[in-house]
Amino acid sequence: MSGFDLTGLSASFGGERVIGPLSLSVKDGERVGLVGRSGAGKSTLISLIHQQVGRASSLVPQDLGLVNALPVFHNVFMGQLDAHSTWYNTLTLIRPFSRDASAVRTLLKELSMREKIWVPTASLSGGQRQRVAIARALFRQSSLLLADEPVSALDGPMAHLVMDLLSKRFNTSVIALHDVELALKYCTRIVGIQDGQIALDESSGRLNPADITPLY
Amino acid sequence: MFSYPTVRASFIFLAIALVGLAFADIAITSANPWKDLGRFFLGVVTPDFFSSEGVAVALLRTVAFAFVGVALGGLCGFILSLVYRNPVVQVFCAFIRAIHELFWALIFLQFFGFHPLTGVLAIAIPYSGIFAKVYSEILDETDPTPGRLLPPGTGVISSFLYTRIPACWVQLRTYTAYRLECGLRSSAILGFVGLPTLGFFLESAFSQGHYSEAGGMLILFYVLIATMPLWVKPKLLPVYILGAPFFLGEGLPIVWGNVTRFFTEDIVPSPLRNGEGLTGLVPWLNDLMLNEALPGIWNTLVLTQIALVATGILALLAFPLISAHFGGPVRRTGGHIFLVIARSTPEYILAYILLQLWGPSMLPAIVALALHNGGIIGHLIGRQSSAIRLRPDATTGINRYTYELVPRVYRSFLAFLFYRWEIIMRETAILGILGIYTLGFYVDSAIQNIQFDRAMVLIVITALLNIGVDILGRFIRKKLALQTMPTC
Repeated sequence: MSGFDLTGLSASFGGERVIGPLSLSVKDGERVGLVGRSGAGKSTLISLIHQQVGRASSLVPQDLGLVNALPVFHNVFMGQLDAHSTWYNTLTLIRPFSRDASAVRTLLKELSMREKIWVPTASLSGGQRQRVAIARALFRQSSLLLADEPVSALDGPMAHLVMDLLSKRFNTSVIALHDVELALKYCTRIVGIQDGQIALDESSGRLNPADITPLY
Repeated sequence: MFSYPTVRASFIFLAIALVGLAFADIAITSANPWKDLGRFFLGVVTPDFFSSEGVAVALLRTVAFAFVGVALGGLCGFILSLVYRNPVVQVFCAFIRAIHELFWALIFLQFFGFHPLTGVLAIAIPYSGIFAKVYSEILDETDPTPGRLLPPGTGVISSFLYTRIPACWVQLRTYTAYRLECGLRSSAILGFVGLPTLGFFLESAFSQGHYSEAGGMLILFYVLIATMPLWVKPKLLPVYILGAPFFLGEGLPIVWGNVTRFFTEDIVPSPLRNGEGLTGLVPWLNDLMLNEALPGIWNTLVLTQIALVATGILALLAFPLISAHFGGPVRRTGGHIFLVIARSTPEYILAYILLQLWGPSMLPAIVALALHNGGIIGHLIGRQSSAIRLRPDATTGINRYTYELVPRVYRSFLAFLFYRWEIIMRETAILGILGIYTLGFYVDSAIQNIQFDRAMVLIVITALLNIGVDILGRFIRKKLALQTMPTC
């Protein structure tokens, strides 16, 4: 089961409430697109959900959380550190096993950056770094994805490729997106956030871009 | 101008130093100070590198003790840094690093004798305390986000190796390499208490008036430190670390009976040892405090405050020598050479040389401390000032110095100076061994008189004084909002 049912979600910064209190229930198999103006509280909501469901989810935060000094391979491999023993992980740090290398290579190939596998993450461009964080989330192989603007640094075709991949690989997802068309195309349900509250909650089949515009 | 807290703090410290100067014992007591100084410089410009085969062995031993001591200290310090949050560990580390390498050597000499272990532990113990603190600061500054994103259930070690270490690897490496350079200096001065490193040969060359020999040794030592980037390579490190223990020399065997006696008898305060109980302890402590500890503390404080201000003045005067905003390449090269020599020569060796030439007083100590520490800070500030971009029509000469550069670098200058306050005090105490009446003098005399109980109390007092100044320095830096990276 990868859905969740959360109530009483709220967060404050410096005494000022930025989100909630609100409830959000996501059913198994739903792909939720979070839309709304920047600063509306989308990122805060994503991290609140992550704090609550933690164990089961793969997270792609806006600041990516990559270890810049390590190569792409190790940043992706980090998604499965819990699946191996400490000595296996330590050896991998020094010399990766070919089994893992080929698994990561396959994944990177799907994100069309296969040749970057041994490049230090620090030397990558913004879009490439974003894809490394996505590869890490995919490698994790959990069924719930929580992503905060995962394709913001990618160009059109690449953004579609990644969104397509994410919707195929994750059973359930909550993705914050500022691109309304992407949200309508790849999500089954749209949740609009305004002033820290849910202002819109509708199946995407029943919406068109004009319905979402008032949120911005 | 006095509305700036940094300026006010500077003038308060200047005033304290001037008052201290009135009480300080400053004199040139030798009969022919300038003639001796001239002969020494003549020795440096006519160095004799092949006086005895001893010099090569001394350099080898200096490097070997530095590698083994720093490697061991680094390893223990790294382990301690992982549990540094624990207040007990923090106090323990503050205590072991507050005691100077030479004091540790003097302690170990009493029961291990001239065994290589004495030199190795004398470096490794205080360095463990320093490494623990700095490593933990570096580790704490890494970005915690990648660690939070790991799948739950990831082992502590895996998470540490994947998210913490790679993120600060460069800083850890840079700091350790820097510490190795400090280790070479520490190792060299251990010779002054009889270990087979450079200081031992330097002292014997000096006492016999062989200035060319002494000059040759000093030049070789500078070359050794200046060429470190060439011979300390990451790939060669395992070879050095594994090989170094075999080049520490034989020394003398450890007599384990001495070790037991030291801990069970020698360091027990004599009234307790003689069964006089607490009634005997009070007059004993009283006598120790009045006749040794208090004069020692007073002289240590006076000398530290004067040396601190002298260091600051010298650093401010010296940084333009290497700053890209002044002078031509010739002056800058000269400046670099002067600052490299000033900061590569351990204070102890500088003070020893000046003391031989000028006779015993606080003056050689002040000049030595100011030259070494002023050299370090001047180098750092000079480098920082070169990175400042001035507007194309900025004034030149003294106006450029006072209006454009000093105001911009003054805060980091003060940060470095207050950071080094505790280091200057630690050195001040140790210079007592050379005959200046700071705490080290009383420690050394107590050891000469085989009164290890008194020596231990005085060493603990010295450590507490250092910890106090360290806390005060940190408080002032925080109050003035000054930030700095560690220097050694």
